[in-house]
Amino acid sequence: MNSPCDRSDEDNPVMSTQPETAQAATARVPAPSGVLALEARHLTKHFAVRSAGGALRRRRHLHAVDDVSLGLARGAVTSVVGESGSGKSVLARMLARIIAPSAGELLLDGEPLALGQRRRHEYAAAVQLVLQDPFASMNPVHRVSHHLARPLLIHGTPRSDLDSAMKALLRRVALDPPEQFMDKFPHELSGGQLQRVSIARALAVRPGVLLADEPVSMLDVSIRLGVLNLLAELREQERLAILYITHDIASARYLADDILVMYAGEVVERAPSISLTDSPAHPYTQLLLSAAPDPGRRVSTTPADRGAPPRLIDPGPGCRFQPRCPHAMEICRRESPPVFDVAEGHQVACWLQAPASERRGLLTTKSQHAALRRLEPIRDKGVKEAKPP
Amino acid sequence: MSALGSRVTRVAPWARRTEADTVLEIRGLCVDYGLGSGLHAVSNADLVLHRGEVLGLAGESGSGKSTLVYAATRLLRQPGVVTAGEVRLHSRPAGPDGPIEVIDLLAAGERELKGVRWSQISVVLQSALNALNPVITVRAEFDDVMKAHRPEMSRAERLARAVELLEMVGLSSDRLRNHAHELSGGQRQRVMIALALALEPQVVIMDEPTTALDVVTQREILEEVISLRDRLGFAMLFITHDLSLLIELADEIAVMYAGRMVERARADSLFAAPRHPYTYGLLNSFPPMHGERRAMTGIAGSPPDLRAVPGGCPFHPRCPYAIERCATEEPPLVALPGSSRQVACWLHTGGEPVPGELARTDATVASGEAALPTAAAVRRLPVTPGWGSGE
Repeated sequence: MNSPCDRSDEDNPVMSTQPETAQAATARVPAPSGVLALEARHLTKHFAVRSAGGALRRRRHLHAVDDVSLGLARGAVTSVVGESGSGKSVLARMLARIIAPSAGELLLDGEPLALGQRRRHEYAAAVQLVLQDPFASMNPVHRVSHHLARPLLIHGTPRSDLDSAMKALLRRVALDPPEQFMDKFPHELSGGQLQRVSIARALAVRPGVLLADEPVSMLDVSIRLGVLNLLAELREQERLAILYITHDIASARYLADDILVMYAGEVVERAPSISLTDSPAHPYTQLLLSAAPDPGRRVSTTPADRGAPPRLIDPGPGCRFQPRCPHAMEICRRESPPVFDVAEGHQVACWLQAPASERRGLLTTKSQHAALRRLEPIRDKGVKEAKPP
Repeated sequence: MSALGSRVTRVAPWARRTEADTVLEIRGLCVDYGLGSGLHAVSNADLVLHRGEVLGLAGESGSGKSTLVYAATRLLRQPGVVTAGEVRLHSRPAGPDGPIEVIDLLAAGERELKGVRWSQISVVLQSALNALNPVITVRAEFDDVMKAHRPEMSRAERLARAVELLEMVGLSSDRLRNHAHELSGGQRQRVMIALALALEPQVVIMDEPTTALDVVTQREILEEVISLRDRLGFAMLFITHDLSLLIELADEIAVMYAGRMVERARADSLFAAPRHPYTYGLLNSFPPMHGERRAMTGIAGSPPDLRAVPGGCPFHPRCPYAIERCATEEPPLVALPGSSRQVACWLHTGGEPVPGELARTDATVASGEAALPTAAAVRRLPVTPGWGSGE
């Protein structure tokens, strides 16, 4: 993964060779390395749901994202993997400050950001979002040059430098020669080219963080890797902190350094990407991996799952995956699992992974102890099954 | 289970494939969008579907895979025009052992088509929400189909059959009262599949049936489809852009590029030893789930605009192995010596040295093409309980 793409250097001028254009961006003092470019602590988003019973009924809430913490480091790709409805896009929009969180805080370059205080403009210069459908995220009546000029002008590039800045941006995303693309309308470009334009547009303000929400899922299979490799290159050459949101766990394994698996608005497992895909600890991650198409698989596997999608509106206590989980125990229905460390940097929120020493400490009441004793054999079996041989 | 039970094939259908077992035959089909526009969506495509077989048709958007099957089933709308070719359905209206009746689908009149559609060839579309009527219940959908094609059935029989079909695809019979918007994406697609199987067709065409679904739901539905195929013995043409999925699912795979068939082979051969540079590139576009991470390049460039398909081999501008001849002459789809694999590439048919990665030994070919796929090789999605992690 060190050199995912072997394009020649002239195709990809690094930032230093560019004209100094974006004052707003250069005015920012780069944070010392080691500090996370963007950190989210306990981000939560609940949407109020209008219930059919009218105003007298209790207000209900859809728990889109519940207590998610993550850090995006410079020069690293973090991936969030989950099914539709797992809250991954809401998370990206909260990180981009398009949706205001219900609770939690954001830290930009290590500085807490009292929500709503710092001006959006400055935040947008540091954190940019690339969306899934490039055709829908471009204005069809404007040329590529318009889409690139707007962020440059808004963030302080003088008009005299505009042309060279736009060309440099297009070269950075390997749309070369840039003259060929500047005057095109969105419909004249292919999906892959257009997605590169939207990445170039995001790079115009020279952000430190790039949030990519399913950037390749709309693209043809043969050109997906090109866009993924471009992201990998931006990470290497420009030390961008990248969040890669996807439902395709194989592409996350390819691109990301770390993977977070989300289910029903919660992070259920996080680990370095190889460790997560080679030894998944959470039953949901195991289900996802066994369901993903994998021609290289030796033994056919079939996920034993007949579960309905999770209940997001006012979920009860307990683990949210529990109704679908083949290893569900009584405690899973009562109490939502805390996060356990299963290996270096590998964390999982599942009772199956509770170390023996902690099992009793976590449970305080007499009835819980009794229940646990009854469950002991099941639990040990579950642990054995869940771990790789 | 009355009607279905009698149709369970005792002998696996693929175990006795002969010439007579062809069920759908497409020869030299050409489809244009707009007469004389020069936009050739499908050029000279050949496709043969055998009884009980799962044939995968893979290609990117714009490769003509959907156009091909819509043209073959006469579902193509204006401005699509079939300009050449023939499509024959080798129907066995009296059952799997009955006499064969050949129907020329391109020449068939409305009356004849009505008899073929749904009862002999049915289609499952990608967007189940659009394919289902939003203002009627699931039960009314089933009623519509059966009233039109089986007028002799009574109301009670239709209901019984609808319940039976829903149970077959793993849905409870309460769903009959639901409208399409009340069902999840996976449930809608199951209803679509149940509808497609309502009249026990000999051919089921699935056009990207799982593309809009989550991976877990996708896998459940594919398993359902394969177990239904095993029970009912219909032939299936499965269209998708996801080659990695087809390799697990299909018996044979045909790969399309720019409206042309570029390679056809058994699924395992195609995966282990691709012959066409495009197939090789596609297979290398799916990051693996195991082993070391390594840099992959995909395929340079992008699929051609069908209004301006490059001359010669349409893939040559993106092909790393292209030779001079590729730019001038279009390679025909021909069988490779000593096998039934077909490929349209000058590297294999022009007497040139073949690059190593396109000439991997193909175990199934080496052991003789007569060796028909065994049940173990065909059924790649067996239904076994338990988690996949530790295996």
